[in-house]
Amino acid sequence: MADLLINKLIKEIGLSSWLVLPDWLAWTITAVVTAGLVLNVIAGGALVFIWAERKIAARIQDRLGPTRTGGRFGWLQSLADGIKLLAKEDLMPEGADGMLFRLAPYVSFCASFCAFIALPFAFDFVGQRLNVGVFFVVAVLGLEVFGVILAGYASASKWSLFGAMREAAQVVSYEVPLGMCVVVPVMLAGSMDLVTIAEKQAGWFTSWYLFHDPFTFVIFWVYVTCAVASVNRAPFDLAEAESELVAGFHTEYSGLRWSFFFMAEYGSMFLVSALAAVLFLGGWNGPVPLAALLGLSEGTGDTAHYLVRLVGCGNLLLKATLGVLLMMWIRWTLPRLRIDQVMTTCLKYCTPIAAAMFAGVMAWQLAFPGGVVRSFGRPAGEIREGWLQGPGGAFRSEAVPRPRPAAARVVPLPGADGIAAGMGVGGTVGSSTRPLPAEVQARLEDLP
Amino acid sequence: MMPLLAPPLAAINWHSVLFLLFAAAACSCAVAVVLADNVVRMAFYLVLSLAATAGLFFLAGAEFVGAMQLMIYVGGTLVLLVFGVMLTAQAPFVSIKTSAGDRVLAGMVGAALLAVLLQAAFRVESWRRPALAAEPAPTATPIGMALLGVRVDAPADGTPPDAVRSGYLLPFEIVSVHLLVVLVGAAYLARAKRRRTPRSIDVAASTVVPDAAAGAWERPGAAGVRR
Amino acid sequence: MNGICLAASHGVGVPLLAGLLSAPVSVAHYLVVGAVLFTAGVVCMALKRNALGVLMGIELVLNGANVNFVAFSSPYLQGSGAASLGLDGQVIALFVILLAAAEAAVALAITLNFYNNHATVDIDRAEDLKG
Repeated sequence: MADLLINKLIKEIGLSSWLVLPDWLAWTITAVVTAGLVLNVIAGGALVFIWAERKIAARIQDRLGPTRTGGRFGWLQSLADGIKLLAKEDLMPEGADGMLFRLAPYVSFCASFCAFIALPFAFDFVGQRLNVGVFFVVAVLGLEVFGVILAGYASASKWSLFGAMREAAQVVSYEVPLGMCVVVPVMLAGSMDLVTIAEKQAGWFTSWYLFHDPFTFVIFWVYVTCAVASVNRAPFDLAEAESELVAGFHTEYSGLRWSFFFMAEYGSMFLVSALAAVLFLGGWNGPVPLAALLGLSEGTGDTAHYLVRLVGCGNLLLKATLGVLLMMWIRWTLPRLRIDQVMTTCLKYCTPIAAAMFAGVMAWQLAFPGGVVRSFGRPAGEIREGWLQGPGGAFRSEAVPRPRPAAARVVPLPGADGIAAGMGVGGTVGSSTRPLPAEVQARLEDLP
Repeated sequence: MMPLLAPPLAAINWHSVLFLLFAAAACSCAVAVVLADNVVRMAFYLVLSLAATAGLFFLAGAEFVGAMQLMIYVGGTLVLLVFGVMLTAQAPFVSIKTSAGDRVLAGMVGAALLAVLLQAAFRVESWRRPALAAEPAPTATPIGMALLGVRVDAPADGTPPDAVRSGYLLPFEIVSVHLLVVLVGAAYLARAKRRRTPRSIDVAASTVVPDAAAGAWERPGAAGVRR
Repeated sequence: MNGICLAASHGVGVPLLAGLLSAPVSVAHYLVVGAVLFTAGVVCMALKRNALGVLMGIELVLNGANVNFVAFSSPYLQGSGAASLGLDGQVIALFVILLAAAEAAVALAITLNFYNNHATVDIDRAEDLKG
């Protein structure tokens, strides 16, 4: 989409046609800019979060934290930390496997970075809009464990190996309840596309999935627990705890290699918070639908749409940051769990609760397909993305114009006829904004 | 790079470039699995190879299968494999070598098999003709519906119009039960075995501090069959 | 890859590379990747004495087959007159992935059992039933 924008901008400014870029070059520039932006989110976020962690930890512990570097609040502490890490000696233990030792931090960082490809920051502000977005993000998050295992093994130290094995066991075990928690918004939205899931929550804050039904509310908190365990933050950070295993899998790492592990960790924290925001907290939709209230509609123009989307992006970043700050708050408040307590929490508490709530949400969807708490002024089953099209359809995600339905097609669930009469008909099936081909729609409607 | 770009900017088909990248990664890492001696490095190369294969799936329009490959194969099966490698590693860099004659023979058989397969790959004319893919249709919903027994995708090219296309509900249920059976069976097979009356050699062995790499089992050499 | 070998032997080098970079991809390219993965897996199964090495060979073989299935079901075949697998290919690939995971779990359990009894994973030591 952005590559079309580049050429469109060039034409609008009125430059002569020889400056119009060939398609592949426009695509290349778009890809590089997108990757650079995502990298900045991770790196810049890490800078801010390191400072924030030290300040929050200090305040919770009734002290001040960094107050000297760069002014009264220690603004430049992260920079000082970075310079220190860069200047450290590059060590490698004698018995270590050289190639794996060097590669492990980058494997972790790549897994964390790749998951941002599918994360939308606003409508159409997404690296690659995947039809299986949710699935892809959860899958790639689980690949971070390889960096940990390789680091633990390649360090040729028993502390590292123990820490790595425990951490790998923890992450892999918590993927099960995490997957179940993540399936609930997918079920409510009818699509695995992250953009669609967030779009469905447009409107007032009552249309967020968090407030959709009590089961989803509980599932949100189970998701928070599983996400904190997945990124190995306290109280689940036994694997890297100083009081237990020296420093776990990154005992033998120092300097820049260590900082890659920590950028991966802060990146993952930001990612699971942003994922929670998209899945449960309405994504880039604020609590009040300002754009709809101000009367922005189809004919308003490109600039207004772009500004709306920037505000949406800010919304999502704010929610994700609040999630990360919540994780920091939990870390410095709760004591650490033992490894058997960690596994008990996963297998005896999180998994059964998630399964029960999943069944509850299913039952709720069958009983109230149109939703009990609906956003004001909008019927339940409609996807709002139609009004975001500018003149000439410049904001489509595909290059080829496709016929768009005016509102999303709705398929009545079996047995829902009586309930559906008064409300909006429940749920759309296959409601990605790339509409299913006509014959697929026809076949879906032929279902009994 | 200059000859590639002259005469004026040659159009780079990024799809082909990315395909070449992923294909080269998958093939070279697969060959590295065969050539490596250290079993942990073999596992690492296998991870890279399978991840590159997932990239190939995404390029072919099979997004759901690609995500499944990443989650189940790379994120599940290979983690299991690496755990197994860690638990059975006998020395920091364990390597059990095959004899040279075996290696030559296996190489010849492999080369012959590769030649046959490559020749078959280039034989059918229609497989060599690149079809211009319009954006491939999203596959998550059709796959989901097919696993529930209802086929909602358009019939593939070359299907006779009166062909009956079955859903996949029965295989789906069978695989679910199969996975449950495997879960129970593997947990039972790999359980820690305790003898009721410990032999004197086990009592002696239990005073030895277990090696980190051997995990929590009893010292295996003492309890097992000696060669 | 076959084309590269043939062309390189005729000294066509760089313009061929440029052609490969700008030419669209066809099913045959995917089949080549599948063939290499499959052959590597078979050689790995035959060569390795480590039981886990044999298991890795099995995974490579299954992946080679998966690449072929996905290639035949991909849009590359549509419109070219050949019969395409359509969605069936992707569902088959899905089932192969699931069953490979199940088989790897059981094979690893067996290997761990073997290790507990013999203190080694060298499959040449599995001679207890030898007549």
